[in-house]
Amino acid sequence: MEKRVFERPTITKLSPGLPSKHGVGTAIAPMPFVEGLKVDELIEKYGSPLFILSESVMRKNVEDVNRAFKVRYPKFQLAWSYKTNYLDAVCRVFHQEGSWAEVVSGFEYDKARRNGIPGEHIIFNGPGKKAKELAKAASEGAYIHIDHFDELYLLADVCQKQNLEARVAIRVNMDVGIYPKWDRFGFNYENGEAWDAINRIMANPKLKLMGLHTHIGTYIMTADAYKIAATKLSDLASNIAHKFNHNIAYIDMGGGFASRNTLRGAYLSGEDTTPSFDEYADAITSAIINSQIKPDKLPTIILETGRALIDDAGHIAGTVIANKRLSDGRRATIIDVGVNMLFTSFWYDHKINPTQNHSGLVEETIIYGPLCMNIDVIRPSLMFPPLKVGEHFIISRTGAYNNTQWMQFITTRPNIILIDKNRETHIVRKAETLDDIVANEEIPEHLK
Amino acid sequence: MKVKENIAISDNGFVFNPTTGDSFTLNNTGKEILLLIKGGKSMGEIKTTLLSSYDMDETTLDRYLLDFVSELRFNNLIDE
Repeated sequence: MEKRVFERPTITKLSPGLPSKHGVGTAIAPMPFVEGLKVDELIEKYGSPLFILSESVMRKNVEDVNRAFKVRYPKFQLAWSYKTNYLDAVCRVFHQEGSWAEVVSGFEYDKARRNGIPGEHIIFNGPGKKAKELAKAASEGAYIHIDHFDELYLLADVCQKQNLEARVAIRVNMDVGIYPKWDRFGFNYENGEAWDAINRIMANPKLKLMGLHTHIGTYIMTADAYKIAATKLSDLASNIAHKFNHNIAYIDMGGGFASRNTLRGAYLSGEDTTPSFDEYADAITSAIINSQIKPDKLPTIILETGRALIDDAGHIAGTVIANKRLSDGRRATIIDVGVNMLFTSFWYDHKINPTQNHSGLVEETIIYGPLCMNIDVIRPSLMFPPLKVGEHFIISRTGAYNNTQWMQFITTRPNIILIDKNRETHIVRKAETLDDIVANEEIPEHLK
Repeated sequence: MKVKENIAISDNGFVFNPTTGDSFTLNNTGKEILLLIKGGKSMGEIKTTLLSSYDMDETTLDRYLLDFVSELRFNNLIDE
């Protein structure tokens, strides 16, 4: 007789009368495949843990956001937010789909140039640009988004001394009725600082005001905030046209669109509450079209959304290392994915699925990473099936920020693979080795 | 080791402890083990039974069995 598959024995205490906080079922379906490929086989081939990126999902997301805007508005341009994920392969997928580059440092600027993006298709944001970087960006025709008056003076000085002209925009911060109000970047709209900056730029023949930029925050769950922001920027644009007879070329609405991940502590799942691209597009385009800007002078809308385009294209697969009982009887499962590589587990209640079938019974579980650090908690509490040591799982929606904000800490970082449109797999970043980590270290003579 | 006398175990893995008023659900493996304990089997006998019907090595089984028994104890369902 064939032997049966053994499932860890479990006993779960029932708590009648207590309402479920989430109000939804706790069934956790197995997820054996990603893009039609067996997760277990990918792990066998590329090791565990393993970041998996889907090229098709990225392209589909770009198509969706393009459609949402282009059916409502004549001129629309995406700029890929490098900080969200600046793996060369990822950037090149977005560039192939027509995205410009949106960078926030000299390093990211050089990376975009290396990926073949000309200066005039780079948007240079960020509060920390250096004189040398500004000179390079200005000479290559990039759009420099000025963040503060000191940067404005620095850029004016650089252009004066090196006889350069710079294409610029200002970043505007404003009250759009949401909390927290982001006012640390750019010039404030309400107190007149933005208008003041515009006047100074218009008075400087070396600076060409091309656009207006705002970035109202991150993970914005309401499309109305964008409507308010677009209305305020349109007001500024029509004031510029009125006073200087100058029509700006673009309004850059920044990023901040939410992905479908569930924020930690959120009452409802992100899958239910995240606005669609259409809702965001409707809010932004209607505000600009209904403004005082003349129809034949409508500026291009630029969007730098990163998270909403890549988050659901990324997964991380891994292996259960151990199970243990905590002092209060709860189960803890230790996995080989830690917060060092899954940085977003500080913000999200990531969706985790086993790759194998299980009986359907779940018990309350804490999921810990493998680091010898108390903060290494991937999920502080979830209803999860009893996985055995060596079994695999997959964590979804990990495409945004993890491959940029991760850190080399205690362990090395794993392989990242890309599944292309033909379901072929490619390593796009090799797993680190000890040699990689120590390559930049130097040992003083007396310690050798 | 034996299951406390008044503990009720249903066919579909529902456990009720009338002393404390607590109720529990078991998965299939859990139910099978609890019924073996209730039937008076020793740990060694339980292991032999499970090893003959499941695809499982002894060390792993030991580990999960120990964990399960400690949970039964934690929930006041068995006496030593």
